[in-house]
Amino acid sequence: METQQAALSAKDFVTDQDVRWCPGCGDYSILKQVQTVLPDLGIPRENIVFVSGIGCSSRFPYYMETFGMHSIHGRATAVASGLKATRPELSVWIVSGDGDSMSIGGNHLIHLLRRNFDVNLLIFNNEIYGLTKGQYSPASPEGKITKSSPMGSIDHPFNPAALALGADATFFARSMDRDPIHLREILKRSNAHKGSSVVEIYQNCNVFNDGAFEVFTEKGTKKMETLFVETGKPLLFGEGQNKGIKLDGFTPRVVDLTSGESANDLWIHDERDRVKAQILSRFFDDPKKENHLPRPFGIFYQEDRFCYEDALNAQIEDAVKAKGKGDLDALLRGKNTWSIN
Amino acid sequence: MSTTLETKKNVAIMFAGDSGDGIQLTGTQFTDTAALLGNDISTFPNFPAEIRAPQGTLAGVSGYQLHFGSVEIFTPGDGCDVLVVMNAAALKANLKGLHTGGIIIANTDGFDIKNLKLAKYPDGVNPLKDGSLEKFKVYEIDVTKMTRTALADSGMGTKEIDRSKNMFVLGFIYWMYNRDMSNSIAFLQEKFKKRPDLIEANLKVLKAGYNYGETTETFNARYEVKAAKMQKGEYRNIMGNQAAALGLIAAANKSNLSLFYGTYPITPASDILHELAKYKNFGIRTFQAEDEIAAVCSTIGASFGGSLGVTASSGPGIALKGEAIGLATMLEIPLVICNIQRGGPSTGLPTKTEQADLLQAMYGRNGEGPVAIISASTPSDCFDTAYEACRIAVEHMTPVFFLSDGYIANGSEPWIFPSAKDLKPIKVDYAKARNPEDAKFLPYKRDEKLVRPWAIPGTKGLEHRVGGIEKENETGNISYDPDNHELMVNLRAQKIERIADYIPLQQIDNGPAKGKLLILGWGSTYGSIKTAVIEALSEGYEVAHAHVRYLNPFPKNLGQILSNYDTVLMPEINSGQLIKMVRDKYLIPAIGFNKVKGMPFTSTEIKNKIVELLK
Ligand code: SF4
Repeated sequence: METQQAALSAKDFVTDQDVRWCPGCGDYSILKQVQTVLPDLGIPRENIVFVSGIGCSSRFPYYMETFGMHSIHGRATAVASGLKATRPELSVWIVSGDGDSMSIGGNHLIHLLRRNFDVNLLIFNNEIYGLTKGQYSPASPEGKITKSSPMGSIDHPFNPAALALGADATFFARSMDRDPIHLREILKRSNAHKGSSVVEIYQNCNVFNDGAFEVFTEKGTKKMETLFVETGKPLLFGEGQNKGIKLDGFTPRVVDLTSGESANDLWIHDERDRVKAQILSRFFDDPKKENHLPRPFGIFYQEDRFCYEDALNAQIEDAVKAKGKGDLDALLRGKNTWSIN
Repeated sequence: MSTTLETKKNVAIMFAGDSGDGIQLTGTQFTDTAALLGNDISTFPNFPAEIRAPQGTLAGVSGYQLHFGSVEIFTPGDGCDVLVVMNAAALKANLKGLHTGGIIIANTDGFDIKNLKLAKYPDGVNPLKDGSLEKFKVYEIDVTKMTRTALADSGMGTKEIDRSKNMFVLGFIYWMYNRDMSNSIAFLQEKFKKRPDLIEANLKVLKAGYNYGETTETFNARYEVKAAKMQKGEYRNIMGNQAAALGLIAAANKSNLSLFYGTYPITPASDILHELAKYKNFGIRTFQAEDEIAAVCSTIGASFGGSLGVTASSGPGIALKGEAIGLATMLEIPLVICNIQRGGPSTGLPTKTEQADLLQAMYGRNGEGPVAIISASTPSDCFDTAYEACRIAVEHMTPVFFLSDGYIANGSEPWIFPSAKDLKPIKVDYAKARNPEDAKFLPYKRDEKLVRPWAIPGTKGLEHRVGGIEKENETGNISYDPDNHELMVNLRAQKIERIADYIPLQQIDNGPAKGKLLILGWGSTYGSIKTAVIEALSEGYEVAHAHVRYLNPFPKNLGQILSNYDTVLMPEINSGQLIKMVRDKYLIPAIGFNKVKGMPFTSTEIKNKIVELLK
């Protein structure tokens, strides 16, 4: 394969199109981080494809100087599946939102994950429908007042982490638009993972759902409300990391390290531990609730499992080995023929 | 008693029984033998709608109709001359189709009190006994008993023995039509390669059936159907869906593209999937998606990546694919959509046939999203048509509908199979890589066919974005400009219109080039119209037949042809769909002839209509 002559820079991934998101939208930061990370991945630009559905986030491909397709609502995952099945050497990125991926595209999402195509799925979660101007989404919390739910949403929301793990995703991570360093790191890790990598990105929609995640992003609350997990490290959070999480059987408990509790028997994160990942995915309490657990960020889980496209192509190779490369004339002739002279 | 040997020009046999009776196998075996002996043939299986309907009931009747002859055969037959029934329900369900004077071969064991009751005959009524069948010749055979006797010392259980009942019937019919059995013998030897005991048992029963005809004195007539004068060549038998699958494989092979087939199981399209899934060694990727929408969307993804993308379904599934097909018209990438039509609307009649999705193919998208449409007219024509659909899709960068229906999809006929080198070439050029100093790549810049380049990922310098939002002419960037939108709508329409320059002109299939009456058909009505027109012509009626394969765009000379006749009659298995398109385009007062019963036209129906119009 041809190698790149000159190293690429973030600039090489910027298109000549005006970016049309609302000023202050969290999407800008995500775009920037993706453009910053891509040159470091060593993938020729022409081998990268961004596929999106419909929604604010789904305009993303137009701003990436790669191959791209802005498809239809909810179906980017399905489009990407066909592309990856036939062109496994491409680096395929799916950009979707909470409505696009979990509402209209919910079915394709779970099937993508169980098949484990080697793609990166970025879910820009802003807990609202932005493009259609502010209706509640499948990720909006109960009671959310929006244009379509003036008395509060009575939809119980999806928990994206639990949904992904329930569909046997082989990689799930959470990050946020306001933490560029963390987001870049997660993007790199998601790309390195072979299989479907889900990256849920908390993204502020400053027009229709401003501040939905501010407890996780603002200085005053961030330390208490967020839990950054890293394999091999104990689960610590709070001012000066003064709190930890301990597992009591299968029940997580917050321990106050300033009151003499030992830091030695804290939960040590292991992204390969499925049971612990399941428990972690349930750290999903409403931050307004008393005694709630902090919200985890980082890689919850990853495992190695065969990818659909590899198995598909292996079957083709096996078939060729067993039967020889297809002979069209023999196929057209079939088994029983007769002649009329 | 000696038997007479009567020569027949053509015979239609209906094999009918319970779905567990091995009817389809009996039918296909007799068909293969007839084909090998040089008869022209046409077949049609009639499956029960329920997979495992209770044994012996009307809902559980499975049928297989075979029409074979020493003359050219174009349909499975309007009715049948011989009705072979394994039980009372099979008789009840099929008696209507038996010609007066026809032969009934009845398995008496299937007419016991239990079976009569299941077939809903009134208490005490047995059609074999009550004289109601006196218009027919009835042969009663206790097939079950004969089979059990033949295998009495085989050591096999009754259940297993009863499974070869169909071989007895097959053997008997072979005797009746004076046929050589070696093809079926070879078939059984191959099929049960690993079970010599079953080979022996089945052959024993097959021969017992044959000998039964020979030795009993009940049957005094045997029939002979001589070889047909058919076009010279090497033949095989082929079913419509199988032919469609081969057409797709051949197109991929000739275009050097890899075939991606994204689909979701649905009757009556699934057999194409089953067929394609067997040929992975041709590099074919079949993808059984989670739903119809994913089926078409994954195909669009594959096509974007440079594969020959084909998706398939039947009406309800096509409805679900509508939005994505619209996307493909915007992306202007190749996409073949096979619609194996069935009775609609909604779930409709899944196992019955209809031609009622033409307007869905033509208009079934939001906005103006024109696509090319072509339709197959016979089982073997599915090969050429599927092939042609692929050619148009990749050479014109457009979605193309391939329309078939349950009637031809499951029907079969002899086929002079082509050799690979004789297939029309399919030209595919992906856009070439570019250097930074080259002019900017314009993904929507068109060639003389108004076709844009197929620029696939992995090609240096061609990075570009496509999508469902309106494109700016040439650059493909998002554009909301009113004039640009109108320009693009027109360009997409003209692109499809221009395909007319690259397809054959419409031919007259039969009859005079000018005159009183033209029958204009499309799709699976071909055989019935052809048969009716041949008959009418031989009786001196001034009638011609043209069958349209290219439904959008129409061949350039179609309007001219239509103007050469006083009257144009359009038979369709719907309430009038192509007729709307023809009237709209050519402003002629075409007359519709419609049937919406989930059943094909009989040639008699068409013939009577011709006579009525020309009287
Ligand atoms: S509506 Fe919200 S999500 Fe959409 S661009 Fe504006 S701020 Fe961003």
